[in-house]
Amino acid sequence: MSFLIDSSIMITSQILFFGFGWLFFMRQLFKDYEVRQYVVQVIFSVTFAFSCTMFELIIFEILKVLNSSSRYFHWKMNLCVILLILVFMVPFYIGYFIVSNIRLLHKQRLLFSCLLWLTFMYFFWKLGDPFPILSPKHGILSIEQLISRVGVIGVTLMALLSGFGAVNCPYTYMSYFLRNVTDADILALERRLLQTMDMIISKKKRMAMTRRTMFQKGEVHNKPSGFWGMIKSVTTSIPGSENLTLIQQEVDALEELSRQLFLETADLYATKERIDYSKTFKGKYFNFLGYFFSIYCLWKIFMATINIVFDRVGKTDPVTRGIEITVNYLGIQFDVKFWSQHISFILVGIIIVTSIRGLLITLTKFFYAISSSKSSNVIVLLLAQIMGMYFVSSVLLIRMSMPLEYRTIITEVLGELQFNFYHRWFDVIFLVSALSSILFLYLAHKQAPEKHMAP
Amino acid sequence: MKLKVLPSILSSGWSTTPEQALTPGCSKMASLDRVKVLVLGDSGVGKSSLVHLLCQNQVLGNPSWTVGCSVDVRVHDYKEGTPEEKTYYIELWDVGGSVGSASSVKSTRAVFYNSVNGIILVHDLTNKKSSQNLYRWSLEALNRDLVPTGVLVTNGDYDREQFADNQIPLLVIGTKLDQIHETKRHEVLTRTAFLAEDFNAEEINLDCTNLRCLAAGSSNAVKLSRFFDKVIEKRYFLREGNQIPGFPDRKRFGGGTLKSLHYD
Repeated sequence: MSFLIDSSIMITSQILFFGFGWLFFMRQLFKDYEVRQYVVQVIFSVTFAFSCTMFELIIFEILKVLNSSSRYFHWKMNLCVILLILVFMVPFYIGYFIVSNIRLLHKQRLLFSCLLWLTFMYFFWKLGDPFPILSPKHGILSIEQLISRVGVIGVTLMALLSGFGAVNCPYTYMSYFLRNVTDADILALERRLLQTMDMIISKKKRMAMTRRTMFQKGEVHNKPSGFWGMIKSVTTSIPGSENLTLIQQEVDALEELSRQLFLETADLYATKERIDYSKTFKGKYFNFLGYFFSIYCLWKIFMATINIVFDRVGKTDPVTRGIEITVNYLGIQFDVKFWSQHISFILVGIIIVTSIRGLLITLTKFFYAISSSKSSNVIVLLLAQIMGMYFVSSVLLIRMSMPLEYRTIITEVLGELQFNFYHRWFDVIFLVSALSSILFLYLAHKQAPEKHMAP
Repeated sequence: MKLKVLPSILSSGWSTTPEQALTPGCSKMASLDRVKVLVLGDSGVGKSSLVHLLCQNQVLGNPSWTVGCSVDVRVHDYKEGTPEEKTYYIELWDVGGSVGSASSVKSTRAVFYNSVNGIILVHDLTNKKSSQNLYRWSLEALNRDLVPTGVLVTNGDYDREQFADNQIPLLVIGTKLDQIHETKRHEVLTRTAFLAEDFNAEEINLDCTNLRCLAAGSSNAVKLSRFFDKVIEKRYFLREGNQIPGFPDRKRFGGGTLKSLHYD
């Protein structure tokens, strides 16, 4: 009986998550496009719903809501469904939509998408070989095999994003790094841009007039086609078309210059807006936060290095350690069990919410930057795949932040994975990503002022 | 190759004026007047293909994203076939990007909207959102409310009155006609007819990969020709009567005006 009640609660919450994913897709991601293939929207919302359910189950675990056995059952079922989606459905549909875009293969779409999916499976399987993630006693098609590989990909993604985010966040918040941009700079650049456009226009006018006179004289201005055409063009040269190709080269170079000037001007405008923003109250608040986050970021890099160098794996979670410190060193006595439950709920809740929100915002930005009307379906499915893997590995890693008694369910459900490996792998990739982001931002920052100082 | 060509252009380019004819028969080039027409629309609707088709009478082989603005020139005979026939240059400014771009990109784009004589609005017949975004595009180009910081203010609401007193001729072009199935064609064309009416503009629906859509003598070519004639008329022939305010210089940076660099 209680199982039925629990299941109905789970199903209602899943429907709610599905609805939220659907709305997010329609309002945010696909704002400028028309949804023609509803399959894509359904897959995205389903992936989102099942990923959020996993987090919900963690929260239920901490708060001890629902029956323990029904929680276990739902864990297992949820995990199976998510793996099914991430390993079978989404890659297949990605292959299908890629193949649909290529006109040549349109007839045998299904066949080629199956081939693509098999290639994906092969590489996915090979991924597990170099990593010491499994003990050999597991069968070939067990959950552990799939989870371990999904976990590797997801943890890599998480570490890359965290590393870059940890460095980029103070860089964007702090106004110390803002270059000084004046209105005169922007005006000067705009004038150069318009001058370049005028030069392009005058050359295009010459070309248009030449083409017109050639057309009126009856000369056909087409590229020489065929074998005899090429032979003829060697001996007899049409002066008009020769001139045209020369001017066309000049125009190409000028157009490249105009593009660069346009991007630089947009960059200057963005910097100016940021300078104006930093003078407001909100801007000052974010500036202060930036200093705080930079200290936090340095600390994280330091800890990651220590972990790797000294081969250290944290055994206790921050909550228990915090409580130990307060009890032992500060002498404050309080009910450990009660407080550990609530504090870990709050901590885990915050981690979950911020990571979901952060991921959705990053995905949206990424989508706007690279999608076009042709490839929007493929990109959304790729994003759904990334999102699913990201959330699965968050569950893996969140285990570390929870006190021992709550960890058992995750260990039971996910099977015998080498959790320590994942934490080590996260630290390594985080360090690599953070250091390369620092290098990259340093180079970009150094290079920018030189471009604008030149007359 | 590019590096070698560029210095020679920079040293000689600005001094090369249209008066220096390079090829025989270009002597009349210097006397031609010009008009500026913007080509606006969402990314991916086919503006670059359209401009290429209009100016070079060829289908664009490998379209790629337009960054910033690309210009092309069409030679147009005003009042063709009549004694008052005169040739003009029509500059087609194909501005890339989307309505939802960052405000810094919008501010940069605004530099191209100076002294515009006509606007061509392009939308994709297979994508309803691109048609809806045309309202925002036209407001962005015609908008006269500028906050002194240079950020364009668009409230996104379509205001018919703003278009009623608009003096700049508009033309609505729908692309990718070949991808609309026969059965849906009527419904789509009704929708676009309403759209063109809202803008008080003519409309053309075509397929940019088909040269025959704009063949001489077809109804599309006639509409296009009429539009260009109207643009030229408004620019050159109605000045004597009432002064058309044209497009005002934009106020930027807290009160300074940006001098138009196009000397008419």
